[in-house]
Amino acid sequence: MFLKEYFLDIYKATKSLLTGMKLTGYYFTHHKEILTEEYPENRKSLQLAERFRGEVIMPHDANNEHTCTGCSSCEIACPNGSIKIISKFDITPEGKKKKAIDQHIYHLELCTMCGLCVEACPTDAIKMANTFEHSVFNRNHLIKRLNKPGSKIKEGIEE
Amino acid sequence: MFEEVGTTTEGDLIINLGPQHPATHGVLHLVITLNGEIIKKVEPHLGYIHRSIEKMTESLSYRQFIYVTSRMDYLSAHINNHACALCVEKALQLEVPQRAQYIRVIMDELTRIASHELWWGAMAMDLGAFTPFFHAFREREKINEIMEETCGARLTMNYMVPGGVMVDLHPDFQKKVKAFIQQYKAKIHEYDELVTGNIIFQNRMKGIGYLSAQDAVSYGCTGPVARGSGVASDIRKIAPYDVYDKVEFDEVLQTEGDSFARYMIRIQEMHQSIKIIEQLIDVIPDGNFQAKTKAVIKLPKGEFYQRVETARGELGVYIVSEGAAQPYRIKYRSPGFSNLSALDHMVRGHKIGDLIAAMGTLDLVIPDIDR
Repeated sequence: MFLKEYFLDIYKATKSLLTGMKLTGYYFTHHKEILTEEYPENRKSLQLAERFRGEVIMPHDANNEHTCTGCSSCEIACPNGSIKIISKFDITPEGKKKKAIDQHIYHLELCTMCGLCVEACPTDAIKMANTFEHSVFNRNHLIKRLNKPGSKIKEGIEE
Repeated sequence: MFEEVGTTTEGDLIINLGPQHPATHGVLHLVITLNGEIIKKVEPHLGYIHRSIEKMTESLSYRQFIYVTSRMDYLSAHINNHACALCVEKALQLEVPQRAQYIRVIMDELTRIASHELWWGAMAMDLGAFTPFFHAFREREKINEIMEETCGARLTMNYMVPGGVMVDLHPDFQKKVKAFIQQYKAKIHEYDELVTGNIIFQNRMKGIGYLSAQDAVSYGCTGPVARGSGVASDIRKIAPYDVYDKVEFDEVLQTEGDSFARYMIRIQEMHQSIKIIEQLIDVIPDGNFQAKTKAVIKLPKGEFYQRVETARGELGVYIVSEGAAQPYRIKYRSPGFSNLSALDHMVRGHKIGDLIAAMGTLDLVIPDIDR
Protein backbone atom coordinates (compact mmCIF):
# COMPACT_ATOMS: atom_id res chain seq x y z
CA MET A 1 0.00 0.00 0.00
CA PHE A 2 2.76 2.42 0.94
CA LEU A 3 4.77 1.50 -2.13
CA LYS A 4 1.77 2.01 -4.38
CA GLU A 5 1.15 5.51 -3.03
CA TYR A 6 4.84 6.33 -3.25
CA PHE A 7 5.00 5.48 -6.94
CA LEU A 8 1.63 7.10 -7.63
CA ASP A 9 2.99 10.35 -6.14
CA ILE A 10 6.05 10.18 -8.37
CA TYR A 11 3.85 9.52 -11.40
CA LYS A 12 1.55 12.45 -10.60
CA ALA A 13 4.47 14.81 -9.95
CA THR A 14 6.17 13.91 -13.22
CA LYS A 15 2.91 14.27 -15.09
CA SER A 16 2.28 17.77 -13.66
CA LEU A 17 5.76 18.88 -14.70
CA LEU A 18 5.35 17.44 -18.19
CA THR A 19 1.97 19.19 -18.63
CA GLY A 20 3.64 22.53 -18.06
CA MET A 21 6.59 21.63 -20.28
CA LYS A 22 4.21 20.64 -23.06
CA LEU A 23 2.56 24.09 -23.01
CA THR A 24 5.93 25.84 -23.03
CA GLY A 25 7.00 23.62 -25.90
CA TYR A 26 3.84 24.49 -27.81
CA TYR A 27 4.62 28.20 -27.73
CA PHE A 28 8.27 27.53 -28.49
CA THR A 29 7.33 25.88 -31.77
CA HIS A 30 4.30 28.03 -32.72
CA HIS A 31 5.68 31.41 -33.68
CA LYS A 32 2.35 32.75 -34.91
CA GLU A 33 1.20 33.12 -31.32
CA ILE A 34 3.93 35.67 -30.57
CA LEU A 35 2.36 39.07 -29.97
CA THR A 36 5.39 41.17 -29.10
CA GLU A 37 5.79 44.42 -31.01
CA GLU A 38 9.29 45.62 -31.73
CA TYR A 39 8.88 49.27 -31.01
CA PRO A 40 11.47 51.47 -32.66
CA GLU A 41 11.42 49.26 -35.76
CA ASN A 42 7.64 49.41 -36.19
CA ARG A 43 7.34 53.18 -35.82
CA LYS A 44 5.82 53.65 -39.26
CA SER A 45 3.05 51.10 -38.78
CA LEU A 46 2.42 51.86 -35.10
CA GLN A 47 -1.19 52.90 -34.48
CA LEU A 48 -2.05 54.44 -31.14
CA ALA A 49 -5.59 54.81 -29.90
CA GLU A 50 -7.25 58.03 -31.02
CA ARG A 51 -8.08 59.05 -27.47
CA PHE A 52 -4.61 58.34 -26.09
CA ARG A 53 -3.57 61.26 -23.93
CA GLY A 54 -0.07 62.22 -25.07
CA GLU A 55 0.05 66.00 -24.92
CA VAL A 56 -2.23 69.03 -25.07
CA ILE A 57 -2.53 70.75 -28.43
CA MET A 58 -4.61 73.60 -29.81
CA PRO A 59 -6.00 72.85 -33.27
CA HIS A 60 -5.82 75.68 -35.81
CA ASP A 61 -7.79 75.80 -39.03
CA ALA A 62 -6.55 76.83 -42.51
CA ASN A 63 -6.95 80.54 -41.75
CA ASN A 64 -4.69 80.20 -38.68
CA GLU A 65 -7.68 80.65 -36.39
CA HIS A 66 -8.41 78.90 -33.09
CA THR A 67 -11.35 78.96 -30.70
CA CYS A 68 -9.55 79.90 -27.47
CA THR A 69 -11.06 82.91 -25.74
CA GLY A 70 -8.47 83.08 -22.97
CA CYS A 71 -10.99 82.39 -20.24
CA SER A 72 -8.40 80.54 -18.07
CA SER A 73 -10.73 77.60 -17.33
CA CYS A 74 -7.97 75.15 -18.22
CA GLU A 75 -5.47 76.98 -16.04
CA ILE A 76 -7.82 76.70 -13.05
CA ALA A 77 -8.66 73.06 -13.78
CA CYS A 78 -5.02 71.95 -14.02
CA PRO A 79 -3.85 70.26 -10.81
CA ASN A 80 -0.12 70.76 -11.51
CA GLY A 81 0.00 74.30 -12.82
CA SER A 82 1.22 73.22 -16.23
CA ILE A 83 -0.91 75.77 -18.11
CA LYS A 84 -0.35 79.51 -17.99
CA ILE A 85 -2.57 81.93 -19.89
CA ILE A 86 -1.16 85.34 -20.80
CA SER A 87 -4.00 87.57 -22.00
CA LYS A 88 -4.09 90.88 -23.77
CA PHE A 89 -6.73 93.43 -24.75
CA ASP A 90 -7.87 93.66 -28.35
CA ILE A 91 -9.53 96.77 -29.74
CA THR A 92 -12.78 95.80 -31.44
CA PRO A 93 -13.99 97.66 -34.58
CA GLU A 94 -16.39 99.60 -32.34
CA GLY A 95 -13.42 100.90 -30.40
CA LYS A 96 -14.04 98.83 -27.27
CA LYS A 97 -11.45 96.88 -25.35
CA LYS A 98 -11.89 93.10 -25.44
CA LYS A 99 -9.96 90.48 -23.51
CA ALA A 100 -8.20 87.99 -25.76
CA ILE A 101 -5.46 85.41 -25.61
CA ASP A 102 -1.88 86.52 -26.12
CA GLN A 103 0.02 83.34 -25.25
CA HIS A 104 -1.17 79.91 -24.13
CA ILE A 105 1.91 78.50 -22.38
CA TYR A 106 1.91 74.75 -21.81
CA HIS A 107 4.52 73.06 -19.61
CA LEU A 108 4.79 69.53 -20.95
CA GLU A 109 7.38 68.63 -18.31
CA LEU A 110 4.85 69.23 -15.51
CA CYS A 111 1.85 67.64 -17.21
CA THR A 112 0.46 64.30 -15.97
CA MET A 113 -1.96 63.87 -18.90
CA CYS A 114 -5.04 63.74 -16.69
CA GLY A 115 -7.21 65.43 -19.31
CA LEU A 116 -9.00 67.77 -16.89
CA CYS A 117 -8.14 70.88 -18.92
CA VAL A 118 -9.77 69.47 -22.04
CA GLU A 119 -12.88 68.62 -20.05
CA ALA A 120 -13.03 72.10 -18.54
CA CYS A 121 -12.68 74.00 -21.83
CA PRO A 122 -16.04 75.60 -22.73
CA THR A 123 -15.18 76.17 -26.40
CA ASP A 124 -13.29 72.94 -27.17
CA ALA A 125 -10.22 74.96 -28.06
CA ILE A 126 -7.69 72.44 -26.75
CA LYS A 127 -7.54 68.68 -27.06
CA MET A 128 -5.22 65.80 -26.28
CA ALA A 129 -3.06 64.47 -29.10
CA ASN A 130 -1.83 60.88 -29.22
CA THR A 131 1.82 61.72 -29.84
CA PHE A 132 4.10 60.29 -27.20
CA GLU A 133 7.73 60.70 -28.26
CA HIS A 134 8.55 63.79 -26.22
CA SER A 135 12.25 63.34 -25.51
CA VAL A 136 14.37 66.44 -26.04
CA PHE A 137 17.93 67.33 -25.12
CA ASN A 138 17.08 70.70 -23.61
CA ARG A 139 14.42 70.97 -20.94
CA ASN A 140 13.32 74.38 -22.20
CA HIS A 141 11.99 72.82 -25.40
CA LEU A 142 9.23 71.20 -23.35
CA ILE A 143 7.71 74.60 -22.57
CA LYS A 144 5.39 75.15 -25.51
CA ARG A 145 3.27 77.98 -26.85
CA LEU A 146 0.05 76.42 -28.06
CA ASN A 147 -1.48 79.27 -30.06
CA LYS A 148 0.54 79.83 -33.19
CA PRO A 149 2.14 83.24 -33.78
CA GLY A 150 -0.20 85.57 -35.63
CA SER A 151 -3.23 83.40 -35.01
CA LYS A 152 -6.51 84.90 -33.96
CA ILE A 153 -9.82 83.77 -32.55
CA LYS A 154 -12.50 82.43 -34.86
CA GLU A 155 -15.45 84.78 -35.32
CA GLY A 156 -18.61 84.02 -33.40
CA ILE A 157 -16.92 82.36 -30.42
CA GLU A 158 -18.10 83.96 -27.19
CA GLU A 159 -17.22 83.23 -23.62
CA MET B 1 7.85 49.80 13.91
CA PHE B 2 9.65 49.71 17.25
CA GLU B 3 12.45 47.32 18.08
CA GLU B 4 11.22 44.74 20.53
CA VAL B 5 13.66 44.47 23.40
CA GLY B 6 15.16 41.06 23.98
CA THR B 7 13.94 39.31 20.86
CA THR B 8 17.36 39.17 19.25
CA THR B 9 19.95 37.02 20.96
CA GLU B 10 23.62 36.61 20.24
CA GLY B 11 24.28 34.58 17.13
CA ASP B 12 21.17 35.80 15.34
CA LEU B 13 21.67 37.05 11.84
CA ILE B 14 19.95 40.25 10.79
CA ILE B 15 19.60 40.77 7.06
CA ASN B 16 17.98 43.49 4.99
CA LEU B 17 15.66 42.40 2.21
CA GLY B 18 15.25 45.49 0.10
CA PRO B 19 14.63 48.39 -0.39
CA GLN B 20 16.15 47.48 -3.76
CA HIS B 21 15.23 43.85 -4.25
CA PRO B 22 13.29 42.35 -7.15
CA ALA B 23 11.18 40.12 -4.92
CA THR B 24 9.75 42.99 -2.88
CA HIS B 25 8.02 44.55 -5.94
CA GLY B 26 9.08 48.05 -5.11
CA VAL B 27 10.89 49.84 -2.37
CA LEU B 28 9.81 47.72 0.58
CA HIS B 29 12.49 47.23 3.19
CA LEU B 30 12.23 44.12 5.38
CA VAL B 31 14.61 43.66 8.31
CA ILE B 32 14.68 39.92 8.94
CA THR B 33 16.06 38.34 12.11
CA LEU B 34 17.26 34.85 11.37
CA ASN B 35 18.28 31.99 13.61
CA GLY B 36 20.22 29.86 11.19
CA GLU B 37 17.75 29.61 8.34
CA ILE B 38 14.62 30.00 10.48
CA ILE B 39 12.89 33.39 10.50
CA LYS B 40 12.45 34.79 14.02
CA LYS B 41 11.04 38.17 13.14
CA VAL B 42 10.23 40.32 10.10
CA GLU B 43 10.08 44.09 10.43
CA PRO B 44 8.76 46.05 7.46
CA HIS B 45 10.28 49.53 7.13
CA LEU B 46 8.26 52.01 5.11
CA GLY B 47 8.79 55.53 3.87
CA TYR B 48 10.87 55.06 0.76
CA ILE B 49 8.10 56.10 -1.60
CA HIS B 50 6.12 58.49 0.56
CA ARG B 51 4.71 61.26 -1.61
CA SER B 52 2.36 62.80 0.97
CA ILE B 53 -0.66 62.27 -1.24
CA GLU B 54 -3.05 62.96 1.62
CA LYS B 55 -1.44 66.31 2.42
CA MET B 56 -1.17 67.22 -1.26
CA THR B 57 -4.87 66.59 -1.67
CA GLU B 58 -5.73 69.32 0.82
CA SER B 59 -4.77 71.93 -1.77
CA LEU B 60 -6.61 70.31 -4.68
CA SER B 61 -10.24 70.68 -5.64
CA TYR B 62 -12.73 67.81 -5.65
CA ARG B 63 -12.27 67.35 -9.39
CA GLN B 64 -8.49 67.44 -9.24
CA PHE B 65 -7.86 65.08 -6.32
CA ILE B 66 -9.09 62.00 -8.18
CA TYR B 67 -6.17 61.78 -10.60
CA VAL B 68 -3.64 61.53 -7.73
CA THR B 69 -5.25 58.35 -6.41
CA SER B 70 -4.30 56.54 -9.62
CA ARG B 71 -0.76 56.77 -8.31
CA MET B 72 -1.56 54.99 -5.06
CA ASP B 73 -2.53 51.48 -6.04
CA TYR B 74 -1.53 51.84 -9.66
CA LEU B 75 -2.71 48.35 -10.58
CA SER B 76 -6.29 49.10 -9.62
CA ALA B 77 -6.25 52.78 -10.56
CA HIS B 78 -9.83 52.68 -11.78
CA ILE B 79 -11.17 51.38 -8.49
CA ASN B 80 -9.29 54.03 -6.50
CA ASN B 81 -10.79 56.74 -8.71
CA HIS B 82 -14.17 55.10 -8.30
CA ALA B 83 -13.91 55.29 -4.51
CA CYS B 84 -13.13 59.02 -4.58
CA ALA B 85 -15.89 59.78 -7.06
CA LEU B 86 -18.38 57.80 -4.97
CA CYS B 87 -17.41 59.63 -1.80
CA VAL B 88 -17.92 63.04 -3.41
CA GLU B 89 -21.26 61.91 -4.86
CA LYS B 90 -22.33 60.61 -1.46
CA ALA B 91 -21.57 63.99 0.09
CA LEU B 92 -23.41 65.87 -2.67
CA GLN B 93 -26.26 63.31 -2.68
CA LEU B 94 -25.86 63.20 -6.43
CA GLU B 95 -27.77 60.73 -8.56
CA VAL B 96 -25.40 59.08 -11.05
CA PRO B 97 -26.91 58.08 -14.42
CA GLN B 98 -27.46 54.36 -14.91
CA ARG B 99 -25.19 54.25 -17.94
CA ALA B 100 -22.29 55.66 -15.94
CA GLN B 101 -22.87 53.11 -13.16
CA TYR B 102 -22.75 50.20 -15.62
CA ILE B 103 -19.61 51.55 -17.30
CA ARG B 104 -17.91 52.03 -13.94
CA VAL B 105 -18.57 48.49 -12.78
CA ILE B 106 -17.39 46.94 -16.07
CA MET B 107 -14.22 49.02 -15.89
CA ASP B 108 -13.67 48.01 -12.26
CA GLU B 109 -13.89 44.34 -13.09
CA LEU B 110 -11.59 44.68 -16.10
CA THR B 111 -9.10 46.38 -13.80
CA ARG B 112 -9.44 43.60 -11.26
CA ILE B 113 -8.65 40.97 -13.90
CA ALA B 114 -5.65 42.97 -15.13
CA SER B 115 -4.39 43.36 -11.57
CA HIS B 116 -4.75 39.67 -10.74
CA GLU B 117 -3.07 38.77 -14.04
CA LEU B 118 -0.03 40.82 -13.13
CA TRP B 119 0.01 39.38 -9.62
CA TRP B 120 -0.14 35.85 -11.01
CA GLY B 121 2.80 36.39 -13.33
CA ALA B 122 4.88 38.30 -10.78
CA MET B 123 4.28 35.76 -8.04
CA ALA B 124 5.27 32.85 -10.24
CA MET B 125 8.38 34.82 -11.14
CA ASP B 126 9.20 35.25 -7.44
CA LEU B 127 9.12 31.48 -7.11
CA GLY B 128 11.50 31.06 -10.02
CA ALA B 129 9.10 30.40 -12.91
CA PHE B 130 9.72 32.99 -15.59
CA THR B 131 7.37 31.86 -18.37
CA PRO B 132 4.01 32.53 -16.60
CA PHE B 133 4.87 36.22 -16.54
CA PHE B 134 4.59 36.43 -20.31
CA HIS B 135 1.39 34.38 -20.40
CA ALA B 136 -0.16 36.79 -17.89
CA PHE B 137 0.98 39.86 -19.81
CA ARG B 138 -0.51 38.54 -23.03
CA GLU B 139 -4.04 38.79 -21.62
CA ARG B 140 -3.31 41.93 -19.64
CA GLU B 141 -2.16 43.69 -22.77
CA LYS B 142 -5.63 43.20 -24.28
CA ILE B 143 -7.23 44.90 -21.29
CA ASN B 144 -4.71 47.72 -21.49
CA GLU B 145 -5.62 48.24 -25.13
CA ILE B 146 -9.31 48.41 -24.27
CA MET B 147 -8.53 50.97 -21.55
CA GLU B 148 -6.33 52.99 -23.88
CA GLU B 149 -9.06 53.16 -26.47
CA THR B 150 -11.85 54.28 -24.15
CA CYS B 151 -10.12 56.09 -21.29
CA GLY B 152 -7.07 57.48 -23.06
CA ALA B 153 -4.43 55.92 -20.81
CA ARG B 154 -3.17 52.46 -20.03
CA LEU B 155 -2.42 52.62 -16.32
CA THR B 156 -3.38 55.96 -14.78
CA MET B 157 -6.77 56.32 -16.38
CA ASN B 158 -8.45 59.15 -14.46
CA TYR B 159 -11.69 58.15 -16.13
CA MET B 160 -14.07 58.69 -13.22
CA VAL B 161 -15.33 62.17 -12.41
CA PRO B 162 -17.81 63.16 -9.71
CA GLY B 163 -21.17 62.43 -11.34
CA GLY B 164 -20.16 59.78 -13.84
CA VAL B 165 -17.36 59.10 -16.26
CA MET B 166 -15.27 61.56 -18.24
CA VAL B 167 -16.11 60.53 -21.81
CA ASP B 168 -18.55 58.08 -23.32
CA LEU B 169 -17.51 54.56 -24.26
CA HIS B 170 -15.64 54.08 -27.50
CA PRO B 171 -17.96 52.59 -30.19
CA ASP B 172 -15.78 49.47 -30.37
CA PHE B 173 -15.77 48.90 -26.62
CA GLN B 174 -18.44 46.19 -26.38
CA LYS B 175 -17.06 44.30 -29.34
CA LYS B 176 -13.52 44.36 -27.96
CA VAL B 177 -14.54 43.28 -24.46
CA LYS B 178 -16.50 40.35 -25.87
CA ALA B 179 -13.51 39.34 -27.99
CA PHE B 180 -11.31 39.57 -24.90
CA ILE B 181 -13.65 37.37 -22.85
CA GLN B 182 -13.70 34.77 -25.61
CA GLN B 183 -9.92 34.74 -25.87
CA TYR B 184 -9.52 34.70 -22.12
CA LYS B 185 -11.80 31.69 -21.68
CA ALA B 186 -9.86 29.80 -24.32
CA LYS B 187 -6.56 30.47 -22.56
CA ILE B 188 -7.50 30.22 -18.88
CA HIS B 189 -6.73 26.49 -18.69
CA GLU B 190 -3.09 27.32 -19.40
CA TYR B 191 -2.82 28.96 -16.00
CA ASP B 192 -3.70 25.74 -14.22
CA GLU B 193 -1.50 23.64 -16.48
CA LEU B 194 1.51 25.89 -16.07
CA VAL B 195 1.40 26.79 -12.39
CA THR B 196 -1.53 25.55 -10.29
CA GLY B 197 -1.04 21.85 -10.94
CA ASN B 198 2.74 22.02 -10.81
CA ILE B 199 4.08 19.81 -8.02
CA ILE B 200 6.98 22.12 -7.13
CA PHE B 201 4.63 25.07 -6.86
CA GLN B 202 2.14 23.18 -4.71
CA ASN B 203 4.80 21.96 -2.31
CA ARG B 204 6.09 25.52 -1.89
CA MET B 205 2.62 26.96 -1.26
CA LYS B 206 0.60 24.45 0.76
CA GLY B 207 0.84 24.93 4.51
CA ILE B 208 3.09 28.00 4.13
CA GLY B 209 2.21 31.33 5.70
CA TYR B 210 -0.79 30.17 7.69
CA LEU B 211 -3.16 32.91 8.85
CA SER B 212 -6.15 31.95 10.96
CA ALA B 213 -9.50 33.67 10.52
CA GLN B 214 -9.14 35.25 13.97
CA ASP B 215 -5.73 36.71 13.13
CA ALA B 216 -6.92 37.91 9.74
CA VAL B 217 -9.63 39.94 11.47
CA SER B 218 -7.40 41.26 14.24
CA TYR B 219 -4.72 42.39 11.79
CA GLY B 220 -7.38 44.11 9.70
CA CYS B 221 -6.73 42.02 6.60
CA THR B 222 -9.23 42.41 3.80
CA GLY B 223 -9.68 41.18 0.28
CA PRO B 224 -8.27 37.88 -0.95
CA VAL B 225 -5.98 37.61 2.10
CA ALA B 226 -8.94 37.57 4.51
CA ARG B 227 -11.07 35.44 2.21
CA GLY B 228 -8.28 32.86 2.02
CA SER B 229 -8.71 32.44 5.78
CA GLY B 230 -12.48 32.15 5.48
CA VAL B 231 -13.46 35.71 6.45
CA ALA B 232 -16.29 37.00 4.25
CA SER B 233 -15.17 40.57 3.61
CA ASP B 234 -16.18 41.44 0.08
CA ILE B 235 -17.45 45.03 0.07
CA ARG B 236 -19.24 44.31 -3.19
CA LYS B 237 -21.47 41.95 -1.18
CA ILE B 238 -21.55 43.68 2.21
CA ALA B 239 -22.24 47.22 1.04
CA PRO B 240 -22.96 47.14 -2.72
CA TYR B 241 -22.19 50.33 -4.62
CA ASP B 242 -23.34 51.28 -8.12
CA VAL B 243 -24.85 48.22 -9.85
CA TYR B 244 -23.12 45.49 -7.85
CA ASP B 245 -26.45 44.63 -6.23
CA LYS B 246 -27.91 43.83 -9.66
CA VAL B 247 -25.31 41.28 -10.73
CA GLU B 248 -24.92 37.70 -9.63
CA PHE B 249 -21.52 36.51 -8.51
CA ASP B 250 -20.10 34.35 -5.77
CA GLU B 251 -17.88 35.57 -3.00
CA VAL B 252 -15.05 33.06 -3.24
CA LEU B 253 -14.03 31.69 0.16
CA GLN B 254 -11.36 29.21 1.23
CA THR B 255 -10.82 28.04 4.78
CA GLU B 256 -7.26 26.69 4.64
CA GLY B 257 -5.63 30.07 5.32
CA ASP B 258 -2.33 29.14 3.70
CA SER B 259 -0.59 30.64 0.67
CA PHE B 260 -2.23 28.18 -1.71
CA ALA B 261 -5.70 29.19 -0.51
CA ARG B 262 -4.94 32.84 -1.19
CA TYR B 263 -3.63 31.85 -4.62
CA MET B 264 -6.79 29.92 -5.47
CA ILE B 265 -9.00 32.81 -4.30
CA ARG B 266 -7.45 35.17 -6.83
CA ILE B 267 -7.62 32.63 -9.65
CA GLN B 268 -11.32 32.09 -8.98
CA GLU B 269 -11.97 35.81 -8.58
CA MET B 270 -10.86 36.29 -12.17
CA HIS B 271 -13.59 33.83 -13.25
CA GLN B 272 -16.12 35.75 -11.16
CA SER B 273 -15.08 39.06 -12.71
CA ILE B 274 -15.61 37.57 -16.16
CA LYS B 275 -19.05 36.46 -15.00
CA ILE B 276 -19.92 40.00 -13.87
CA ILE B 277 -18.74 41.58 -17.12
CA GLU B 278 -20.73 39.06 -19.18
CA GLN B 279 -23.90 40.00 -17.34
CA LEU B 280 -23.44 43.73 -17.86
CA ILE B 281 -21.80 44.15 -21.24
CA ASP B 282 -24.96 43.55 -23.30
CA VAL B 283 -27.35 45.58 -21.18
CA ILE B 284 -25.55 48.93 -20.84
CA PRO B 285 -28.48 51.38 -20.87
CA ASP B 286 -28.52 54.45 -23.09
CA GLY B 287 -28.54 57.92 -21.66
CA ASN B 288 -26.13 60.36 -20.13
CA PHE B 289 -22.74 59.22 -19.01
CA GLN B 290 -22.28 62.15 -16.65
CA ALA B 291 -24.60 63.96 -14.27
CA LYS B 292 -24.58 67.73 -14.34
CA THR B 293 -22.42 69.20 -11.61
CA LYS B 294 -21.46 72.75 -10.78
CA ALA B 295 -18.21 74.11 -12.19
CA VAL B 296 -16.79 74.41 -8.67
CA ILE B 297 -17.80 71.51 -6.46
CA LYS B 298 -18.26 72.46 -2.81
CA LEU B 299 -19.05 69.71 -0.33
CA PRO B 300 -21.35 70.43 2.61
CA LYS B 301 -19.76 70.67 6.03
CA GLY B 302 -19.23 67.26 7.56
CA GLU B 303 -17.40 63.96 7.35
CA PHE B 304 -17.92 61.41 4.61
CA TYR B 305 -16.67 57.86 4.21
CA GLN B 306 -16.93 55.49 1.29
CA ARG B 307 -15.36 52.07 0.91
CA VAL B 308 -14.89 49.94 -2.18
CA GLU B 309 -13.35 46.58 -2.95
CA THR B 310 -10.11 46.96 -4.87
CA ALA B 311 -8.12 44.03 -6.22
CA ARG B 312 -6.27 43.93 -2.88
CA GLY B 313 -9.04 44.52 -0.39
CA GLU B 314 -10.97 47.31 1.19
CA LEU B 315 -10.10 50.86 0.22
CA GLY B 316 -11.70 53.55 2.33
CA VAL B 317 -11.85 57.25 1.48
CA TYR B 318 -12.55 59.58 4.37
CA ILE B 319 -13.18 63.22 3.61
CA VAL B 320 -13.51 65.95 6.20
CA SER B 321 -15.10 69.00 4.64
CA GLU B 322 -15.38 72.50 6.01
CA GLY B 323 -17.69 73.60 3.22
CA ALA B 324 -14.88 74.88 1.01
CA ALA B 325 -13.85 73.87 -2.50
CA GLN B 326 -10.92 71.90 -1.10
CA PRO B 327 -11.09 69.12 1.49
CA TYR B 328 -9.96 69.99 5.00
CA ARG B 329 -8.47 66.54 5.49
CA ILE B 330 -8.43 63.31 3.50
CA LYS B 331 -7.52 59.88 4.80
CA TYR B 332 -7.19 56.76 2.70
CA ARG B 333 -7.53 53.37 4.33
CA SER B 334 -5.39 51.26 2.02
CA PRO B 335 -5.67 47.47 1.96
CA GLY B 336 -1.96 46.80 1.46
CA PHE B 337 -0.90 48.35 4.77
CA SER B 338 -3.04 46.05 6.89
CA ASN B 339 -2.19 43.00 4.82
CA LEU B 340 1.53 43.70 5.16
CA SER B 341 1.25 43.93 8.95
CA ALA B 342 0.17 40.26 9.04
CA LEU B 343 3.35 39.17 7.26
CA ASP B 344 5.44 38.90 10.43
CA HIS B 345 2.85 36.65 12.05
CA MET B 346 2.54 34.49 8.94
CA VAL B 347 6.19 33.65 8.34
CA ARG B 348 7.65 33.19 11.83
CA GLY B 349 9.28 29.77 12.00
CA HIS B 350 9.46 29.42 8.24
CA LYS B 351 12.49 29.78 5.97
CA ILE B 352 13.54 32.70 3.75
CA GLY B 353 12.22 31.04 0.59
CA ASP B 354 8.82 30.68 2.24
CA LEU B 355 8.84 34.38 3.12
CA ILE B 356 9.04 35.20 -0.60
CA ALA B 357 6.20 32.77 -1.35
CA ALA B 358 3.97 34.13 1.43
CA MET B 359 4.74 37.74 0.51
CA GLY B 360 3.85 37.00 -3.12
CA THR B 361 0.37 35.90 -2.12
CA LEU B 362 -0.20 39.15 -0.20
CA ASP B 363 -0.09 40.98 -3.55
CA LEU B 364 1.70 44.02 -2.20
CA VAL B 365 1.81 47.29 -4.10
CA ILE B 366 4.21 49.52 -2.22
CA PRO B 367 2.92 52.95 -3.33
CA ASP B 368 -0.44 51.88 -1.93
CA ILE B 369 1.04 51.00 1.47
CA ASP B 370 3.18 54.12 1.62
CA ARG B 371 1.16 56.97 0.23
